[in-house]
Amino acid sequence: MKTMTYIEAISRGMWEEMERDPSVFLMGEDIGEYGGAFKATKGFVQHFGQERVIDTPISEAAILGAAVGAAMVGMRPIAEMQFADFVTCGFNQLVTNAAKIHYRWNIPIPVVVRLPSGGYIHGGPYHSVSPESWFFHVPGLKIVSPSTPYDAKGLMKAAIRDNNPVLYLEFKYLYRRAKGEVPDEEYVVEIGKAKVRRDGNDIVVFSYGSTVQLALEAADAVFRESGVETMVVDLRSLAPLDTDMILRAVESTGKVLIVHEDNLTGGVGAEVAAIISERAFRSLDAPIKRVAALDTPVPFAPPLEEYCLPNKQKIVSALRELSRY
Amino acid sequence: MPTLSTAIEKNKTVGVPHAVLSNPERLELYYYMRLARECDAAIVRLYKQGKMVGGAYTGHGNEATAVGSAYALEGHDYLFPLHRDLGAHLVKGQSLRNIFLQHLARGNSLTRGRDGTGHYADPVLRIYGNASHLGAMIPVAVGVALAAKMRKENSVVMNYIGDGGCNVGEFHEGLNMAAVMNLPLILIIENNQFAYSTPISRQFAAQRLSDRALGYGIPGITIDGTSVVRVYETCCAAVDRARKGEGPMLIETITMRMDGHSASDDASYVPKEMIEEWTMKDPIDRFEKILLSDRVLNELNKTEMERKIAEAIDVAVNEALESPYPEPEEAAHGVFAPPVREGGVGPRHDQGAL
Repeated sequence: MKTMTYIEAISRGMWEEMERDPSVFLMGEDIGEYGGAFKATKGFVQHFGQERVIDTPISEAAILGAAVGAAMVGMRPIAEMQFADFVTCGFNQLVTNAAKIHYRWNIPIPVVVRLPSGGYIHGGPYHSVSPESWFFHVPGLKIVSPSTPYDAKGLMKAAIRDNNPVLYLEFKYLYRRAKGEVPDEEYVVEIGKAKVRRDGNDIVVFSYGSTVQLALEAADAVFRESGVETMVVDLRSLAPLDTDMILRAVESTGKVLIVHEDNLTGGVGAEVAAIISERAFRSLDAPIKRVAALDTPVPFAPPLEEYCLPNKQKIVSALRELSRY
Repeated sequence: MPTLSTAIEKNKTVGVPHAVLSNPERLELYYYMRLARECDAAIVRLYKQGKMVGGAYTGHGNEATAVGSAYALEGHDYLFPLHRDLGAHLVKGQSLRNIFLQHLARGNSLTRGRDGTGHYADPVLRIYGNASHLGAMIPVAVGVALAAKMRKENSVVMNYIGDGGCNVGEFHEGLNMAAVMNLPLILIIENNQFAYSTPISRQFAAQRLSDRALGYGIPGITIDGTSVVRVYETCCAAVDRARKGEGPMLIETITMRMDGHSASDDASYVPKEMIEEWTMKDPIDRFEKILLSDRVLNELNKTEMERKIAEAIDVAVNEALESPYPEPEEAAHGVFAPPVREGGVGPRHDQGAL
């Protein structure tokens, strides 16, 4: 057991898989000598060589397209977007090629796309995006969203071994803030399985990524003030969603709050709410509530950004409201 | 609009080695061009008879480019053709049976009815068809070239784009990356004068599309795309240098789209004089005259070839027509690959479609 940061766990996951499988390689901007904008690949080029740690031109479409091509003939590339925001420049490669090739051609596309996501870092409108909803709608893409170092490593290894394109959301806010124990021995975290982070019978919170910790803190605060026991479920995988666990959690609590950093409209939470209303309507004792970012770009100035994004207080308020039903 | 006389052969940045074609090989080139044209005609017939859904796109006028280029490839090379390159599919070894099953959306086609036309992949033959987003496959072809280089396969990748498609961003990103990484990629721009209804004068301001190569630091050349021998020789040179590790090359072939964009387009916007001019340069007629005068072709073997082509197409069309559509509920399957292969290590390219 070692204590490591979230970003160290991401690095470790990639490193171990590159040691294990010679078909795994990295492509991205400034990932070689420089070690990546966030240093996730520090030391990689020295160990694995330039052939497997490839610094590319600033060309997201070419990075993603080349990753698809290499995967199509049996390699297992990991493509790094320097910030998730820039994946828009390569959108076509993900939705037109990565997502559709297996369906059309029966050829697996084992690509991992690393997406440094989200705000809380004063990055402004172009370095703070939550990209998941752009891809959540697209059949053929998997999306994972770890919230702890343990899951960051385990999901990275699972994503690399998966025979499908996996968008790996990594939350910049968590990179060095989230620390946790990571086993020395080999493990993977299965894609498609949610995890209960806190037990409770009164309300359930579904969240993922950067807002899981906020939800846990809010749940503790609400318990201290009123004794309301909130279950917190970390979705961990957005596509596929762990529908079974979502429905079980709704049945055992009856009140639902969905929390995500991504903005509200058309977000993952909307689909979770639709699944619940279709399949667990009779278990509900209150309207489904959502806490999400405002439907705005993520603004730059700290007070604006703070106002825009979810925080502990907004979650506490929503939990209080639900507890009154 | 550049004409053949002004545009071609101005950018001879690469010496073309003497690629000597034997007479049987020349006859084979002729055969594949004829086969491609007759197949295209059969596809249009099926479409007009209401037996084929979707759209019908021909390579009429482009046969010399499609056939001559693919003829320069080896079996272990990769082909990324476009929708007017049926001749390239055939040269690379694709069967008529698979071509017609695919066009007719049958359950036993290479895409099991999930996609049409040349939008299929055949990993055994190393043919990877296109997406309708022209240019989208250029970065993918670059990735295959990268994998081939990493694995020291000694394979090259031949990819095609049109005068219209080469204006998308992926053309630039893909070619630049291939150049920077010195990858074995040959990109052929089939300049057939029209992008759907838009003439090339409204697609780009450059005199030659091959001049773009200069901006990527790679060789580029513009050639007569209606001379199958010229196309073959140029592609041999490009393949040769790519195989030797000298990197990508851009080849512009000047051709003419002799039919509409698709069978539903009457191409009334194309000036009659253009069609008349290019009819004189028909790639098949041109080569036929040479072969007749060289006595490689005569009325006897020509008639025999025509009979064989017609017969083979009939057999393939009939088999395809008799094959059933896929079962409706098949639509729901196969969005994802089975998650993990035993041991977690990726599938190999030489295992074919899984």
